Amino acid sequence: MDNSHFFVTGDPMIYGADVSIILVSLAIIIYLTYFKKWGWLWREWITTVDHKKIGIMYLLSSLLMLFRGGVDAVLMRIQLAVPNSHFLASEHYNEIFTTHGTIMILFMAMPFMFALFNMVVPLQIGARDVAYPFLNAVSFWLFFLGAMLLNISFVIGGSPNAGWLSYAPLSENDFSPGPGQNFWIWGIQISGIGSLMTGINFVVTILKMRTPTMRLRDMPLFSWSVLASSIAILGVFPIFTATLAMLTIDRLLGGHFFTMTGGGNPMMWVNLIWMWGHPEVYIVVLPAFGVFSEIVATFSKKRIFGYASMVFSMIAISIVSYYTWVHHFFTMGAGANVNIVFAICTMIIAIPTGVKVFNWLFTMYRGRIRITQPMLWFMAFVPCFLVGGATGVMLAAAPADYQYHNSYFLIAHFHQVLIGGVVFGYLAGMYYWFPKIFGIKLNERLGKWAFWTWQIGFYVCFMPQYALGFMGMTRRMYTYNSTMGWDMGWAPLNMISTVGAFLMGIGFIFQVWQILYSIKHGERDVTGDAWDGRTLEWSIPSPPPVYNFAILPVVKGRDAWWYQKQEMQKGSYQKEAVKYEPIHMPNNSGIPFLMAVCFFIAGFGFTFEWWWMGIAGLIGVFITLFARSFQYNTDHFISVEEIERTENALRNHGSIHRTAN
Amino acid sequence: MSNQEHTASIKAYVTGFILSIVLTVIPLVLVLNHMMGKAALTVSILLAAVLQFVVQLFFFMHIRDGEGPRYNVMALILGIIFVVTIVAGAIWIMSFNSQVQ
Amino acid sequence: MSQTISAHVSDQNHGHVDQEGLKTLGFWIFLVTDCLLFATFFAAYAVLRTHTEGGFSAKDFNVPNFIIETFILLTSSFTSGLAVLSMHKGNKKGLIRWLIITLLLGAAFVGLEVKEFADLAAEGATISRSAFLTSFFALVGTHGAHVTFGIFWMIGILFQLSKRGITPVTTRKVSLVSLYWHFLDAVWIFILTVVYLMGVM
Ligand code: HEM
Ligand SMILES: [Cu+2]
Repeated sequence: MDNSHFFVTGDPMIYGADVSIILVSLAIIIYLTYFKKWGWLWREWITTVDHKKIGIMYLLSSLLMLFRGGVDAVLMRIQLAVPNSHFLASEHYNEIFTTHGTIMILFMAMPFMFALFNMVVPLQIGARDVAYPFLNAVSFWLFFLGAMLLNISFVIGGSPNAGWLSYAPLSENDFSPGPGQNFWIWGIQISGIGSLMTGINFVVTILKMRTPTMRLRDMPLFSWSVLASSIAILGVFPIFTATLAMLTIDRLLGGHFFTMTGGGNPMMWVNLIWMWGHPEVYIVVLPAFGVFSEIVATFSKKRIFGYASMVFSMIAISIVSYYTWVHHFFTMGAGANVNIVFAICTMIIAIPTGVKVFNWLFTMYRGRIRITQPMLWFMAFVPCFLVGGATGVMLAAAPADYQYHNSYFLIAHFHQVLIGGVVFGYLAGMYYWFPKIFGIKLNERLGKWAFWTWQIGFYVCFMPQYALGFMGMTRRMYTYNSTMGWDMGWAPLNMISTVGAFLMGIGFIFQVWQILYSIKHGERDVTGDAWDGRTLEWSIPSPPPVYNFAILPVVKGRDAWWYQKQEMQKGSYQKEAVKYEPIHMPNNSGIPFLMAVCFFIAGFGFTFEWWWMGIAGLIGVFITLFARSFQYNTDHFISVEEIERTENALRNHGSIHRTAN
Repeated sequence: MSNQEHTASIKAYVTGFILSIVLTVIPLVLVLNHMMGKAALTVSILLAAVLQFVVQLFFFMHIRDGEGPRYNVMALILGIIFVVTIVAGAIWIMSFNSQVQ
Repeated sequence: MSQTISAHVSDQNHGHVDQEGLKTLGFWIFLVTDCLLFATFFAAYAVLRTHTEGGFSAKDFNVPNFIIETFILLTSSFTSGLAVLSMHKGNKKGLIRWLIITLLLGAAFVGLEVKEFADLAAEGATISRSAFLTSFFALVGTHGAHVTFGIFWMIGILFQLSKRGITPVTTRKVSLVSLYWHFLDAVWIFILTVVYLMGVM
């Protein structure tokens, strides 16, 4: 492999990035040193195993990645705004759509989802932490350093450019020599291992760590959605790992899984990667459904309508989504029988999804609805997801897909479900639980500005793309000539679409502003129950103490906190005397971070085919694993006095009814 | 693990070991002596493998141990469904390849 | 909806979860996902097994070698069970002895596999010779890598056992490594059947 171009050169944008990366890194280092924050960073964040802090780190990184992916998106839209544009070279355009897609799905949506898992699930089920806090930290650091590995490809070695799913044989050595493709492989391989472990962690957390009185059928729907999503993670991420390993074998060892020569079969790559890829989109959308279920119930002041059917449809989605992957390559030619089966399975998924939408609407029916920020995002989600779902069913009709396949119609469809479903859902979740985790409500006025710019931007950007698809514009097209442009009507629509992309960018800036502004001036939540909520996370202070629950809550049915509040209002309500017991908590550990650093070193080494470095990194990974195995002093108890002190301090802080547990 | 009622006993292990050996020897003999037609042979040796897997599950891996909901059994069943889907699905979908090549 | 649940949490072991049981369940689930990893390699093998490009094909596998490998691994699965049995009897010496025997058998298995691979490569049947060989080496090699990892894991546990004896934590660790070992044996049965037996059939 040709390593003579270690640093990417030749493009002003890249020099700009170089300079800004160096400046930002310097600024961070100087800041940390000047304010003597290194120790704090290490003790409070890098070594933490507290699910709330890990959740916060996931949230920050995913917002950062949303920014990076968003910049990519805007660059592409600038390029496409007018015909014959020379803003980006074709090669550069390829790199940008590749990193945009990869980052948005794997480094924005996934960590945003894990942020919500971590920030909410233990609080919702009355647990003090996840089942494996140490593993949780490992997962986070693997994700984070995997993401960084992909991101540095922009300035070192060169970006991948074979598309977000890197179809073989294009992604093989013959057509994509150089480190870019390897960065893609190792970046997502490392973070994918982290995702798999998070899946195991949350399945076990939900099954085993609920407060002893909470039965599964009393569990809040968000936690159910996390269970469904985690089951799907367990089902498909091993396929992902193996498939990426196969591509690695081809590229690094000269194998022939997916090559054009030596009997390899590139279509096998397409088959395997979509076995993971399709369920992946349901993995990210299921928790969004869960978020909406919580929000609708809270802001309609009603129990959710059709709880059992909600649970059933989520589990059904997570299983049936395993049987639809071929709809991404109907045109491959596997034959009518194959296509029919997978087309039907795809359409079947629309049924449970429809059930959920009706349940939300029935919950709102005759409810006392409050239009808060989370609720706004829910109300935006419904029409957006309906249109996205309808165009999805159009694409699922195999014969018709021969027309739509890989056109802008498809681009519009999947952005409609990914943005309208996943991003709106996670943002709604962020608005909803922000007061819980940070003790701060996010500013309404800026939030509304963000909301409306996002909404208008979304439709302005993506509606024209359905039309462009029908007019024959294909995806991944880096430019079009002016006869196509003005005569065939492509240019005006593309221009409009670009305007929409900018509006969404402005919406994002509003949100960043909103968060920063609210941290400084926002309304503080002292009640612990910012929205008059229904589930257990609202029964404890915001932000919760390390151990979450001083006493494990007693659950007597669904919407446990809501019924408890009602009982407390009755005259006959008697506070039980509280008697604290020592709480068992895991110790912080630096090993997860070090292990991920070793993974990073290994990934970087193999990316440049520096075997010595790759193997050294892997040996480092094993050393950290062994070091952990030999650690016996892994947890501690919080004493009763300390709990009392913490609880009293929290209660004097102004909040109510906490002892009610 | 804390409760002391394990299905593990020396008898169980020895039985499992013997059964495994038998279930390994049968397909070996069948194949090396070309005892059947190709289809029948394939089915029988796969069957022997599955049986041996079951033997290992019960006699070595103590799938029956433990109290409460059997989450490990559920995970295993779901896993088997997925395994079959992956292998059979890939073979079925890629079978057109033999005509294309 | 509000049925009375006799709920006094503080009576129930302080709300602590049985840590070792928790880890065992997680490990089970991990093993199931590992099955899916192998299934993916099996799927690739099944699709590519005829793509030999006129080179080495599955008919030419060394029969005695894979038969010996099979019985070694099978026996080691048995001995790892005996290790667990000694552990439950509180017999630390027996436990360590059976673990060492298991480990040596595992090493013999890996040794034979390495020899097989080396012989193949010497014949020119390398990983880059054909798609069939790529998928073969990947599938069998992944299994071999798992066994190797298991050997190192057992060595680590042996050290802990000799230092700490049979405690709830080491008990869980031994149970897990033996579960892992049985699992690898089960995977091997399918490799034997699908790769070797159906190959030479
Ligand atoms: C913020 C607004 C967004 C805009 C303006 C935008 C724009 C684009 C554009 C212009 C393309 C390339 C089309 C082509 O040339 O083929 C693209 C591709 C893609 N986008 Fe987005 N996008 C946005 C958000 C997202 C989000 C939130 C996700 C996922 C969660 C996402 C996932 C993808 C994927 C997977 C691709 C395909 C990449 C490929 O072809 O390999 N996008 N997007
Ligand atoms: Cu799909």
